[in-house]
Amino acid sequence: MSASTARKPPRIGDNPAFRRALIAIVLVVTAFFVVAPLVVIGIEAFSKGWATYAAAITDADTRHAIYLTVVTALIAVPINTAFGIAAAWAITKFDFWGRRFLLIVIEIPFSISPIVAGVAYLFVYGLQGLFGHVLQAADIKILFALPGIVLASMFVTAPFVARELIPLMQAQGRDLEEAATSLGASGWRTFFSVTLPNIRWALLYGVVLCNARVMGEFGAVSVVSGNIRGQTNTMPLHIELLYHDYQSAGAFAVASILAVLAVVTLVAKVLLERRGAGRGAHRPALATPPPSAAPQFASEKTT
Amino acid sequence: MKIRLDNVVKTFDTFRAVHGVSLDIESGELVALLGPSGSGKTTILRMVAGLEYADSGKIHFGDIDATDIPVRDRGVGFVFQHYALFPHMTVAENVAFGMKVSKVKRGKQEIAARVAELLRLVRLDGLGKRFPSQISGGQRQRVALARALAVDPKVLLLDEPFGALDANVRRDLRRWLREIHDELGITTLFVTHDQEEALDLADRVVILKDGDIVQQGTPQEVCREPNSPFVMSFLGDANRLPATVVNGQAQVGTATLPAPGVADGKAEVFLRPGDLDWTVDGGGVAAKILRVIDHPGGRRLLVAPDQGDVLELDVAPETLARAGDTGFVAVRRGRVFAA
Repeated sequence: MSASTARKPPRIGDNPAFRRALIAIVLVVTAFFVVAPLVVIGIEAFSKGWATYAAAITDADTRHAIYLTVVTALIAVPINTAFGIAAAWAITKFDFWGRRFLLIVIEIPFSISPIVAGVAYLFVYGLQGLFGHVLQAADIKILFALPGIVLASMFVTAPFVARELIPLMQAQGRDLEEAATSLGASGWRTFFSVTLPNIRWALLYGVVLCNARVMGEFGAVSVVSGNIRGQTNTMPLHIELLYHDYQSAGAFAVASILAVLAVVTLVAKVLLERRGAGRGAHRPALATPPPSAAPQFASEKTT
Repeated sequence: MKIRLDNVVKTFDTFRAVHGVSLDIESGELVALLGPSGSGKTTILRMVAGLEYADSGKIHFGDIDATDIPVRDRGVGFVFQHYALFPHMTVAENVAFGMKVSKVKRGKQEIAARVAELLRLVRLDGLGKRFPSQISGGQRQRVALARALAVDPKVLLLDEPFGALDANVRRDLRRWLREIHDELGITTLFVTHDQEEALDLADRVVILKDGDIVQQGTPQEVCREPNSPFVMSFLGDANRLPATVVNGQAQVGTATLPAPGVADGKAEVFLRPGDLDWTVDGGGVAAKILRVIDHPGGRRLLVAPDQGDVLELDVAPETLARAGDTGFVAVRRGRVFAA
């Protein structure tokens, strides 16, 4: 058998030398560019021993940065989730003027550099900005405070949930909702017992990605937060600050926490993809039904 | 429940899907809306259901003006072409859904009993615990029907109910739907583009074209008395031959056909393949055979007459014919329309 396969002309790209070379290149590049930095973070974080690591983590400023990041995520992720569901619902279930335009606009945060978003917020809410004086008069602090950080994070991550849901909900069409309504279900009932169960994995997938990005966001947040240690520093900003202070062990320690969060996210993502979420993920093939117990029409085949 | 559509109009953006359509559906009747795609048949069905609102005109259910009643409260059972079963619910849960969300409260046992009864009706008892992905297309459509019937609808509406199924299953389900309809006596309106399905199943066929009703009547009426070339050719294969009408008689080759009510002058004759026969020397329209296609029930000849387009005729299986033969097309009957 092996002799016959060896004599077969190789399919395109199936030449053994080419195959091995390609696999080797990919493995090496992945090791150098993806795995090695993560390993370095781990090693460097513990390079000065457990005590330094623990000290870096429990430092008051670090704790505040972690706290701020978590609070930001707790506010930004639910709001963006609600926004994403609403946007996906509106775009896929209704026909309205500007629908296609909205579809493009939702994607803008993906294509724009986060720093541009940060600067834009500066222009809108900053002292020299559009609403700066009004806000100052009303004693509302948006920039260099939590609201600014949350707003910037939300801008950057606005598309995540919507982008997961729109293709799925487009593929599902409106039939299910129409069927539920024609059977007498209210709008809420239809959403919770028909729409939501069918999008839940994609939704969770979007939420996980959104959360990862909120926690890791640097560019936009660094512009609007003002980098005040122990007050407006989120974890990514704090890492940069520690690094510039030549506290590389501390920087790596905090970075390791972010990296662990990322790995957890990745695991969650893989688990969710197994359940059929994610773009272009194939739903598991339909189970072949066992021979039917009910009387069948002679011509009806169970395939 | 009697349904009356009164001059109903629907426009999408700039496309006029339904021009003023008026239609009466008697209580207990089974009516087919038949037409090519874009004829507005599905739009009409969706307006009756309340899934679309009419731009103008009225829809009455019995004595009630239902035009502005939302789909949720309209009390219709709607069956979708692609079943629209809830994939995360079992067959039994699908059927029970309407009863669970209903404003009329039912007990758990009552619902379970009704589900069992409905599954028996659609011959799916024992499959209640399966998920829609685990049953065949025909079974799914029967679940969809059971689900629609569960809420005791006043009207049953089916949108191309058998469109996604293969031919044999379709024929069986059709006959079976007819039985269910006769058993329950529920007013039923269904949409199809398949003339065979409409003629097979319906008490009355409503033929639509470009958002207008072109003809309605029993299957016999529309088949025997098609009122236009469109209906004639839409209901089945039809050949077209030019003819001349003189004193109510149409001349086609050497054959003569009655043409009552058609003005003298140029006309067109529409002939079903079965209305024609092939003879070697019998007279009629001289022609040459291009191709012979054999079917289980007979032979179909594609012939080229001396003038005009290729004709198709269905002849008895024992007819001797070969490509290249010459002879005559005998005309048994045909319908003459003014050109």
